[in-house]
Amino acid sequence: MAEAQALTKKDFKSDQDVRWCPGCGDYAILNCVQGIMASIGVPKHQICFVSGIGCSSRFPYYMNTFGFHSIHGRAPAFATGIKAANPDLSVWMVTGDGDGLSIGGNHMAHILRRNVDVKILLFNNEIYGLTKGQYSPTSPQGLKTKTSPMGSVDRPMDPVSFALGCGATFVARTIDTHLKHMEQVLLAAAHHKGTAFVEIYQNCVIFNDGAFDAFAEKTVRDDKTIDLRPGQPMVFGKSLDKGLKVDGWEPRIVTAAEADVWRPDTHSPGPAFVMSQMDSNPAMPRPLGIFRDVAAPIFDAALHEQIRRATSTKGPGTLEKLLHSGETWTVR
Amino acid sequence: MNPTRERDVQSFESVVIRFAGDSGDGMQITGNQFTHTSAVIGNDLATFPDYPAEIRAPAGTRPGVSGFQVRFSSADIHTPGDQPDVLVAMNPAALVVNIRDLKPGGIALVNTGQFSDSDLKKAGLTKSPLTDGTLAGFRVIEIDINKRVTEALKGTTLTSKEVQRCKNFYTLGLMYWLYNRPLDTTIKWLEEKFAKLPALAEANKLALQAGYNAGDIHELFQGRYEVAPCSSMPPGTYRNIMGNDAIAMGLVAGAQLAGLQPFLGSYPITPASGILEALAAYKHYGVITFQAEDEIAAICSALGAAYAGCLGITTTSGPGVALKTEAMGLAVSVELPLVIVNVQRGGPSTGLPTKTEQADLLQAIFGRNGEAPIPVIAASTPSDAFDAAVEACRIAVQYMTPVILLSDGYIANGAEPWMLPRVEDLKPFPVKFVEPNPEGGFQPYARDAKLARPWAKPGTQGLEHRVGGLEKAHLTGNISNDPDNHEFMVRMRQNKVMGIRESIPTPNVFGDSTGDVLVVGWGSTRGSITSAVEELRKKGRKVGSLHLRHVWPLPKDLDKIMACFRSVLVPEMNLGQMARVLRSEYPQQNIISYPKVQGQPFRTTELVKKIESLLEK
Ligand SMILES: Cc1ncc(C[n+]2csc(CCOP(=O)(O)OP(=O)(O)O)c2C)c(N)n1
Ligand code: SF4
Ligand SMILES: [Mg+2]
Repeated sequence: MAEAQALTKKDFKSDQDVRWCPGCGDYAILNCVQGIMASIGVPKHQICFVSGIGCSSRFPYYMNTFGFHSIHGRAPAFATGIKAANPDLSVWMVTGDGDGLSIGGNHMAHILRRNVDVKILLFNNEIYGLTKGQYSPTSPQGLKTKTSPMGSVDRPMDPVSFALGCGATFVARTIDTHLKHMEQVLLAAAHHKGTAFVEIYQNCVIFNDGAFDAFAEKTVRDDKTIDLRPGQPMVFGKSLDKGLKVDGWEPRIVTAAEADVWRPDTHSPGPAFVMSQMDSNPAMPRPLGIFRDVAAPIFDAALHEQIRRATSTKGPGTLEKLLHSGETWTVR
Repeated sequence: MNPTRERDVQSFESVVIRFAGDSGDGMQITGNQFTHTSAVIGNDLATFPDYPAEIRAPAGTRPGVSGFQVRFSSADIHTPGDQPDVLVAMNPAALVVNIRDLKPGGIALVNTGQFSDSDLKKAGLTKSPLTDGTLAGFRVIEIDINKRVTEALKGTTLTSKEVQRCKNFYTLGLMYWLYNRPLDTTIKWLEEKFAKLPALAEANKLALQAGYNAGDIHELFQGRYEVAPCSSMPPGTYRNIMGNDAIAMGLVAGAQLAGLQPFLGSYPITPASGILEALAAYKHYGVITFQAEDEIAAICSALGAAYAGCLGITTTSGPGVALKTEAMGLAVSVELPLVIVNVQRGGPSTGLPTKTEQADLLQAIFGRNGEAPIPVIAASTPSDAFDAAVEACRIAVQYMTPVILLSDGYIANGAEPWMLPRVEDLKPFPVKFVEPNPEGGFQPYARDAKLARPWAKPGTQGLEHRVGGLEKAHLTGNISNDPDNHEFMVRMRQNKVMGIRESIPTPNVFGDSTGDVLVVGWGSTRGSITSAVEELRKKGRKVGSLHLRHVWPLPKDLDKIMACFRSVLVPEMNLGQMARVLRSEYPQQNIISYPKVQGQPFRTTELVKKIESLLEK
């Protein structure tokens, strides 16, 4: 670990020119990720970034670690294969709202339910960036894009709700404009054992600029977002005077003193789901932070444990043994 | 028990039996047991299971008929035979579906216990084929197996339904008596199979023995038959092997010879699932199996594992290959070793899932976007599938490339005796990963003499590098849009794959090396072609055959071999795909296509007739 401790953010910058549009939210995320990599105590040759296709998925090229820029939507499968092949690696996956939830929705569901020890960063800009601005599965209804000139008729999906429904063991949300918050959430994700799913609201300046301004713009942010912090009261507002209380099935805005304490580790993901569904109610603050954090058996570890067990009961397989398995006879 | 009476024992060189019944009648087990016993006593063998696409089609109907054909012989054989000598029919549907294949004068053993009016109706019959002349010209043996097995198991605690499920072992016993086979291999199998259900083991053993005794006591047959052990089998240790199992073993062996841990990403599909099932049981060989959510995830996980330093493997059949196509292109681009197994079945689309076909050849060679060359090799028999799988692994790791291994339904489920290779005869091809912190830095797209790029495992210090599907600059592997570099890289990948030619042998010609007709085959047509050529040469015809294991790139000097014959015949279970490839590679040769697309393998007689028609010209 000596090498790891000496690492700085600079060590994680690759020699490739970053090619995102000036002002793109992806820069802030890259910057933050390079920063936390230096502090998680893993040597860079033990780190692998995997992505699909999209602006966001160019990410691995800019990290001076191992990296695999794969095909559209399939990054979860690549990450699963890499992690299964070598559970010692720290595997990170970068995807977009189209990559991870449209073409790759199936794979996303399965990596989450399996609890493969992979950290997933889903850059949600509510648009297809790389293909120049078509609506995505997270675009709000009515969004006018090149392929929805009269406004999209699709109902959007909520990535956090989706991940919770898949049984994800760690689910969080952060935003490109709030570096400090992003850093805390990503560090928590890095330390989670099992799949960590982090939705990152990311501004696409070119095709969907200001998508999150309604709640994330600096002047309104304190009143219109709430940070879900494990074990802390659910309070928000500029002077932290407001709180959330879940009465029955519906969350309600109350005074800070009446706020419930947030628990991301309840047996049921129900409370986290209730929080994630506040998105569609403009009267409620937009939740960020850690929705869910529970422990569960890890897929890649279990795979190798079975191999270890089979080898210890049956003895290691050799070529000789392989060929002579089954009933044989000899012709002289 | 009465002593065996002295009756005629007639000897045959080779016999073909087809067991046919309802898919619930256990005909596959019966056939497999007969095969196994015959293997152990030293016959040469070939089998052809033919089962319905539905797991349980309505009982007693024609679509529900399941068949298992086995040919056992005292001489070297190559096919399960064109026509059965004996047809065992457990119900009317099995009888009418199969009777047209029975050899004239052949034995039809019919279970009359299943011939009530309602049984006939289920088979779509108004009259009984036993009495309407259908069986004219055959030796018909009628026996009420339902009743016999009920009597035999009278003393047991089994329900009448369970008793009826032992019918197949009664039938097997009869056949064991008729062909003079020992019961012990099957008895041992029953004891192991039903170790936890001793009552069932006992009942099936009783049924087996009762069937055997019935042959003796009831004078059902005029005599017994004998098929001596095959004396021409080369000395060695043998086992009976099915194609899917051979591929699974070949992949494990290939990984060991390369010094790698194998990772299989797969999604179940007929007829390839058997490979995934077999490999899942090889955990003590270090095999990682991952049953993915679909074929796309299957191949992508395998390619991810290959990046991480495993031998990546994915197995599937036609529709699954279609889904894997995009990832195969990525494998070409990132130049990582990956073995893609396609156990072909009838297409297009879902097609004929349980039937065989070779119609994915052009898809394998050319079926990707962009210039995406992938070497393709084809297994030709169940035992050859082992060697073909090892060869696929060798090419994949030595050339850092995806490799497609073609098998088909006929190979997958067919079985034959396999002379086990000696471990010391299997040549290792150990992989050398890039060492940590190479002097002068690391270039992920540098090339060796074979044009293969280096394989650098994540986790190795100083080798941090990125790969992906965007075009890469020569040497550095950085993203490049440079037009000249693109053409350079396209040609580099093409030359690398075509260079595999240098490492593969030109196949030997079987039969005459100059003459009138050269039969060129690939894949599972091998047995029928060999038999046809043997038969014609016995008649003094000047014919030879050549069988391609490496179907892309093709081996060297094929044109020289073809030029020694007046014409070249290419039989294949598609509309002439290999013929098309050969014509474009060797336009000066007289290449004649002989297609068959019925979901069934070629019969030797069909081939003999076709070749003779060319000889007459
Ligand atoms: C199989 C396939 N289909 C379509 C595309 C085209 N494509 C590339 S990226 C993309 C959408 C990307 O959107 P998102 O994942 O949200 O990433 P962003 O660019 O917004 O970061 C599409 C449709 C492709 N590369 N591959
Ligand atoms: S198109 Fe949008 S998401 Fe893509 S790089 Fe430009 S600003 Fe970023
Ligand atoms: Mg997007």
